[in-house]
Amino acid sequence: MAIEQDVLVIGGGLAGATAAISAARTGADVRLVSSKQPTLRHASGLIDVLGYTPDGEGPLADPFAALSDLPEGHPYERVGRDAVEAGLALFDEIVGNTYEGNHTERNALIPTQGGRVKPTARYPASVSAGLASDERDALLVGFERLAGFDASLSAARLNATGVPFTARGAAVEFPELSSADPKVTRFAQLLDRDEGVDAGRGVRREVTERVTTHMDGEDRVGFPAVLGDDHPEEVRADLESHLGAAVFEIPMGPPSLPGLRLEDRLYDALDEAGVRIETGNPVVGYESKSRGNGVETVLVDRTGSTVPYGAEQFVLATGGLVGKGIESDRSGVEEPIFDCHVAHPSDRYDWFADDAFGDHRFARFGVDPDRELRPRDAHGKIEFDNLRAAGAVLGNYDFAAEKSGSGVSLATGSHAGRLAGENT
Amino acid sequence: MPDAPTVLVIGGGSTGCGIARDLAMRGLDVTLVEQGNLTHGTTGRMHGLLHSGARYAVSDRDSARECIAETRVLEDIASHCVEETGGLFVKRPEDSEAYFERKLQGCEACGIPAEVLSGREARQREPYLAEDVDKAIAVPDGAVDPFRLCVANAASAENHGARIETHAEVTDLLVESGEVVGAEIEHGSGPGTRSHRSPGATERIEADHVINATGAWAGGIGEMAGVDVDVRPSKGVMTVMNVRQVDTVINRCKPKGNADIVVPHETTCILGTTDEEVEDPEDYPEEQWEVDLVIEELSKLLPVLQEARTIRSYWGVRPLYEPPGSGTADSEDITRDFFLLDHADRDGLPGLTTIVGGKFTTYRMMAEDVSDHVCDRLGVSATCRTAEVPLPGSRDERVLDDAMDAFGLSSPVARRSKQRLGDRASDVLDTDEPNPVVCSCEGVTRAELRDAIGQSGTDLNAVRIRTRASMGNCQGGFCAHAMADELHPEYDPEQATAALDELYQERWKGQRHALWGEQLSQAMLTYALHAATMNRDRAARSAAGSRTEADDRTVDFEAFDGGAPGGD
Repeated sequence: MAIEQDVLVIGGGLAGATAAISAARTGADVRLVSSKQPTLRHASGLIDVLGYTPDGEGPLADPFAALSDLPEGHPYERVGRDAVEAGLALFDEIVGNTYEGNHTERNALIPTQGGRVKPTARYPASVSAGLASDERDALLVGFERLAGFDASLSAARLNATGVPFTARGAAVEFPELSSADPKVTRFAQLLDRDEGVDAGRGVRREVTERVTTHMDGEDRVGFPAVLGDDHPEEVRADLESHLGAAVFEIPMGPPSLPGLRLEDRLYDALDEAGVRIETGNPVVGYESKSRGNGVETVLVDRTGSTVPYGAEQFVLATGGLVGKGIESDRSGVEEPIFDCHVAHPSDRYDWFADDAFGDHRFARFGVDPDRELRPRDAHGKIEFDNLRAAGAVLGNYDFAAEKSGSGVSLATGSHAGRLAGENT
Repeated sequence: MPDAPTVLVIGGGSTGCGIARDLAMRGLDVTLVEQGNLTHGTTGRMHGLLHSGARYAVSDRDSARECIAETRVLEDIASHCVEETGGLFVKRPEDSEAYFERKLQGCEACGIPAEVLSGREARQREPYLAEDVDKAIAVPDGAVDPFRLCVANAASAENHGARIETHAEVTDLLVESGEVVGAEIEHGSGPGTRSHRSPGATERIEADHVINATGAWAGGIGEMAGVDVDVRPSKGVMTVMNVRQVDTVINRCKPKGNADIVVPHETTCILGTTDEEVEDPEDYPEEQWEVDLVIEELSKLLPVLQEARTIRSYWGVRPLYEPPGSGTADSEDITRDFFLLDHADRDGLPGLTTIVGGKFTTYRMMAEDVSDHVCDRLGVSATCRTAEVPLPGSRDERVLDDAMDAFGLSSPVARRSKQRLGDRASDVLDTDEPNPVVCSCEGVTRAELRDAIGQSGTDLNAVRIRTRASMGNCQGGFCAHAMADELHPEYDPEQATAALDELYQERWKGQRHALWGEQLSQAMLTYALHAATMNRDRAARSAAGSRTEADDRTVDFEAFDGGAPGGD
């Protein structure tokens, strides 16, 4: 006998979590299955809605003003502005005061690890003192053993973009690191625990002592985003009081602590919403209903044996090429669970552009949904009545170029989840 | 030697660097110029096979004998660049028994140790070999790092007083009174180590003799002095796998063939190759069928390749040469012998010698021949010592083994650094500064990168070939930006940015031929990291011309969120 739910969400990233919470709020009984760690650890932790138009115009100060001009088939065009706002509202509620940016519809510009500025709609509170539109001078601080963030180079690049303040950079040796090559999480752990260095002085104090010697009247100090994993607010508050300046984080590449912290918050919210969560087992296929064109069950591989999970409604939020919700081989591109149609050129040399940052077709690979986010086949016909898709598994948008990844996940996740819940 | 004759060597590949080393050791005053970075041409685009000679044991026994002799020399003088993997010539059921026997006899005749293995024995050595492989011949093939070997030759030449100029393109040969007396050079960014975005310079370099060691480019150099050098460039693809599926070189035991070799190389395996004549060594099509062919054909020997992850493909051009009048139709039939063209004898133009043809394994022997010839022309009587004197890095491995713990590196990183650096490891890694790993795929530390930057300036591709940084699974996705960081503050932000953009594009170029499955997933992750997290694509697009440089500088910061009212 198959396990039965009202709504079954496949995928545990931002889109899947949002869909599950959204469905649960309609009163539905929801289960979320996720095969592996979500890709949030790869993401900056910023919530981008739309930073540039598909034509490359931007950075956009007002993401909403540009929504109405998006091409047909773009996920935002499919769900409409209301769904984007609903997705953000749900997010704001989930993250509470750990994120900022909801006081305005305007985008913020956030300094990146390489010293560019990036438009985004919501940002962790730990990032907020770093906004590029803020006129306070900033000292950026890098750690000698942490490769990939050179503070003085980032500061010089920031100044060159014309920010309305002066940035300077400095590098300090992080105390208490015994390894030649510490992981990012090791920095966070040491700050979380704040263990004594010598004479009882903790790591936080020791770091700030070293930074103070480099300060020259700056009102804010930026660090790479390693300021605590379990207690980021406390770490930051301590650093601020020792330094007598505001402290902010600069989002970094994987593994990203802001991404991991957001993941924790989402899973807490899933628990609160009463969603049953099951991770570690991949969904490998499905069975269709004996009548009509619906999904009856999905097949979950539990250590070698295939177990059917039934539900009335399904949400596919398995991610894109990175999350393996979309797969490819030399001959083609596919959505591996339901074999939903994924449009792609037959010649794989048409999948990419010759310029590394050119207009890559692969970046837009994904399923093509109707306005209720039901994937459609090559002829535009709905593939299954009770299957909706959300997040990076959707095609027709390049989240990296547009800076729209999180926004699309929130908008389509909450939309798909709500519709799934309401249809049970 | 105050009045040492001066020689200008054109071409910074294995042959040119080998010649520069040889002549400098003989006391001549040598300058080497290379249009790109060292190994820019054919040397940097081979599969890294060190021939035992077995490959030529049927068709060309002289070459086979040269190969086994030179392989022994390189194992001796360049131990840190060579991995003695051994090789197998593998016979499938459809391959000719008679040819297998002839290969075996040829090896014997040429003094190449060869041992016949049954299919089962071969699979014991290489478990991924196909079930239906009949048998194989084991030979002493090996793998060589052409980058390191070439750079070691250049370094040795420098140690003997030579001047090495990379990014220095020859724009004209100087001909006076019917004699070549030098060349006109255009420096990409001024003489010395390269520096992005610094102005170039033109220089006349006069020399008693000029050597054209530009391989597939030799025709173009010859043309500058009005002599005809008919090189027939032939392209071939190499496809890089993300792991070493085999630890020995796998050859298919067939008379001639496209797609018949797999070479284990560092952390990867390299599949090769195709053979197609092209017009221009700089500009030829890189085609999908070539990549597909090597995977399909070699899967017959190693079925695992069918499903395995490739990380990039690259093409090289062979500098094939035929003496005028041979009229060979198929480039595969053209000899792999080398030819020394003395333009005084051949064209009545003294002062210029061209070396063409040949193969990587015998680069040192070719260099010796050319150097003998030039010394003869210049009346210098000094003997060649390159077969006896070890190259920089390869002197004493035991010293390194003892010293590795001292560098505070985790053991796999230390082991790989040691292999790369040879006996330079202590000099490079013995630092008081923090020395984190910057490229995790290949275990390359900051000290190693800074050492390479010291040698090659802002050319991160030159840093790459010295260190292997950015050559692993992520193809620079997680480390290219961190490598560029190491240029600062010695070089300014614009130079670091230009260097990053150049390396990133170069890494992208080869990956385009591997974009399916895992590598496409990796490419999307890299793209997202650099475009979404770092917002590098906007700046880079302006560099590529489709947007303007001013974009980021005309941002109206006031129009954006300045922070929550009352917030901090």
